[in-house]
Parts: sequence; C-alpha cells; structure tokens
Amino acid sequence: MVRVRLCLLNIELSELDMTITISKNKSARSIAQRVREITGVDLSVCYQCRKCTSGCPVSAMAKCPPSEMMRRLHLDMGEELLDSDILWMCVSCETCSTRCPMGIDVAAVMDALRKIAMERGAVKGEGNVPLFNKAFLKTVEVFGRTYDLAMIAAYKLGSRKLMADTEKFPTMLTKRKIALLPPTGADRKMVRRIFKKTKENKAADK
Amino acid sequence: MKYSYFPGCSAESTARDMHESTLAVAAALGVELVEPHGWTCCGATAGHQTDRVLAAALPAATLIKAADAGLDLIVNCAACYNRMKVANHEIATNQQVRAEVAEATGRDYDGSVKVRHLLEVLLEDVGIDAITAALRGSLAGMKVASYYGCLLVRPKEVTGFDDPENPTSLDRLITAMGGTALDWPHKVECCGGGLSMSRTDVVVNLTDSIVGMAKAAGAECIAVSCPMCQINLDMRQLDIARIKGTRHEMPVLYITQLLGLCLGLPAQNLGLNKLMISPARVVKAVVNAA
Repeated sequence: MVRVRLCLLNIELSELDMTITISKNKSARSIAQRVREITGVDLSVCYQCRKCTSGCPVSAMAKCPPSEMMRRLHLDMGEELLDSDILWMCVSCETCSTRCPMGIDVAAVMDALRKIAMERGAVKGEGNVPLFNKAFLKTVEVFGRTYDLAMIAAYKLGSRKLMADTEKFPTMLTKRKIALLPPTGADRKMVRRIFKKTKENKAADK
Repeated sequence: MKYSYFPGCSAESTARDMHESTLAVAAALGVELVEPHGWTCCGATAGHQTDRVLAAALPAATLIKAADAGLDLIVNCAACYNRMKVANHEIATNQQVRAEVAEATGRDYDGSVKVRHLLEVLLEDVGIDAITAALRGSLAGMKVASYYGCLLVRPKEVTGFDDPENPTSLDRLITAMGGTALDWPHKVECCGGGLSMSRTDVVVNLTDSIVGMAKAAGAECIAVSCPMCQINLDMRQLDIARIKGTRHEMPVLYITQLLGLCLGLPAQNLGLNKLMISPARVVKAVVNAA
C-alpha cells in the first residue's frame, strides 16, 4: 500500500525520511502538558492528516512544519522542541486551525509554545521575532498605542538590522506614510494597569 | 446609522489613507462614526504571541469603552477586527479568562459588544442598492482582484465573516461599482502579516506569489481591507523588484479608496498619494468613466 502511493507520487524512498528523533523530557512539567494547561487543547485527537501543513504558508520554508510539531508534542519531546524554526516563522494566519478536521486550534498551540519558549529562554530564531514583539508592546505600554518610529528604532538597534528598509524612509516621510510624533489621546492608565497585572501573573506562574 | 468606530493604531501612522478614506466614504453614505474616547491598541500579533490574558485584556480596554457608548463597534483594520472578535469570544466562553481580564482592566466585561467589520456594515446596513444609488463614477469593467488575507475570515467560528475559503464581500462591492471581480485562487492566502520587518525574506516570498497570481489572473489592481495586507502587498513590491527582479507595478488600494473614487469624492480626501505603487491608472479610469 505504502509502496503504491510512493510510486504514484514519484518519490524516492530515500527522499522520504519520516524519522523523528526526540529526546525525552527532563523537566517535571512536560512541554506537552504545559501546552494543554495553557490552551485546553486535546493534542491526542490529531491523526496526522497534514492538512495544517498543506495550508501553512511557511511550511515549504520551515524545517519543522506544523503537523510535525503536533507529532513531536504527541511523543512528549523535550526542550529542543522549542528550538523548532516554525515557532518564529509562523505568521499566525490561522489556516491550520481553520482547516483541522478535528477542530484543533493549532495556532493557539503555537502561541502557547512561543510563551513557553520565552519562559525557558529558548533560541529566538532568525529575525528575532521576540525582540520585535517586545519593542512593539513596549510602545503600547508607554503610549497606549503603537508608536512605529520608536518600535522600529528599538528593533533595528537590537537586531542590528540597521540598514534594512532605510531606502524607503525618504519616500515614506515625503508621503507622510509614517507618524513622526508619538500617539496621544489613549487611556494610558488602563493599559499600564493591564501590563502591570500581566507581569504579576507571569511572576506568579514561575 | 451611528456606530462606535475603532480606527486602530496604524490609522494614525502607516494607514492614514485607510482611515481618511473610511471617514470620507462613511460620511458620503450617511454612516456616523464616533471614536470611543481614549481607545487603545488591540495588542496585535505581538500581544497574542506573548500572553493569552494580555491578548484578551488589551482589546477589552476598548471594548469596555464601546460597551459604555452602547453602540456596535466598527473596525476597518482586519487585524484589529480579529483581535477584538477573539477577545470577545474568549471572555464570553471562558470564565477564567473573563475573571483575569476583569482583574487586569479593573472592570468586569462580558464580551457582548457587537464587533463588526466596515464591510459588513456597508453590505448589511447600508446595502448594495443604496451604495449603487450614491455612485457618481464607475470602475468601467476594470479587473480587480479582491484580497481578503487571513484575519477577516479566520477562524470562521470566531469572526463569522463570510466564507473562510471563498469570501465574496469585496467582490460584491467591486461588481456594484461596475468592476470585474476576478475569480482567482489567492484570496485568502497569507501576506506574512506582522513578520514584515523581522522576516522580510518570508514576506517577500509570500507577497511575490500573491501579487504575481493577481497579475496572472489579469488584475489591473488589488482591493484590500487591512493595513498589514496593504503595506505588505504594496511596499514589498519594491523589494520584490530589487531581490527577484520582477516588477509587478500592481496598485494595491483599500476598498474604501475605490469606493470613494466611484462616489465622486475628491482624491485628496482618500489618501491616494500615500500608496507606494502609483494608483494613477486606476484613478484615471474611474474619472474617465464618470
């Protein structure tokens, strides 16, 4: 049966290496267990149909597509799960969640994995998305709304991508396509309260 | 018709054109939009990638203000729309999230404010007939690729917007404006969204595929309703040309800009000068048809 399908797809057996190597969990609370706690998702219902991977816009560029991520969780993989490139390549487009025949919110699983990766200080991957998120949220915490220029400056300095997109800046400024001054008028008090409470929760979580 | 209106942070920066054209079109169609006083950021992708409570509490800060106003909340940015809808869903269906959001914001909120996208208001409340009656110009058969992206239509059970695989809301408006709404396969593909700065390589690949497909389908322009989609599909064409050598020269307009032109509103009120790929051909075609 397997051989017939492989012939039809014209795939050499050697190309189709489906081996997943995992190392067992070392920590007391496994990653899969923690994902279940955060999302309430029943990971066991995934039957590896790969619809998530077929629809995923970045699966062709990622070493570990979403279906493999689900399988790794099944197998209760340890910390290196958090080094998977898909974690920070995932664009949160929600196609996986929308198309899953078992109704698994795969996108929520990705969010939970990112949160755990941050908690445990895992690698941040190319582009340093956590730094971008931090820079973005910092301006929200301070101004109540995003302030693009400050966010871009903080991200550029931190990621050392100083020259990226600079050629577009003169046009953007002439067209007034980006705000120069920070935003005003937001209910900063409530936003600061939200950030404060979130930080307290995070501390309690640890 | 009176609504609360959430412009979203980009309305004050990279998407002033979306904001200006929204206000112009709403005024022309008798839709009154009132911003909730002190509205704040929805948290966007950075919020939900960081913390589940933060992701619900940040939109809730504005939803609480809309609840006080007692009006439906209209959002035009697809990304903000999605975050508002998800927050409402989480708060309404999960007692623990509701309690944590109440703790964070200092106000208990039940997730009941009706959040609607501007397209829903245009199609359901204003109606195609009233829009058609108000038109002063036409797209005159122009081939338009409607691009919905991700966050309007997904997840279906939360946004409840149109069909998640083959939405037609934008297409119906294009047809009403006398345009040809193209049947093309990349309506709900992803542009790369918030990875625009951090993983420009990924975004360039994704947008090249989308704009290239629109071009192959014969599109003369792309219609969008999300500031992230707009800036990625529009501005990244400069990078596609630089990196891949393909010059698509495809104008990417907000649906409100197209509608504004067909309603005969002055181009300077629609922020058309802010687009990176010139929409001159599109503007000329509408003006010639008037």
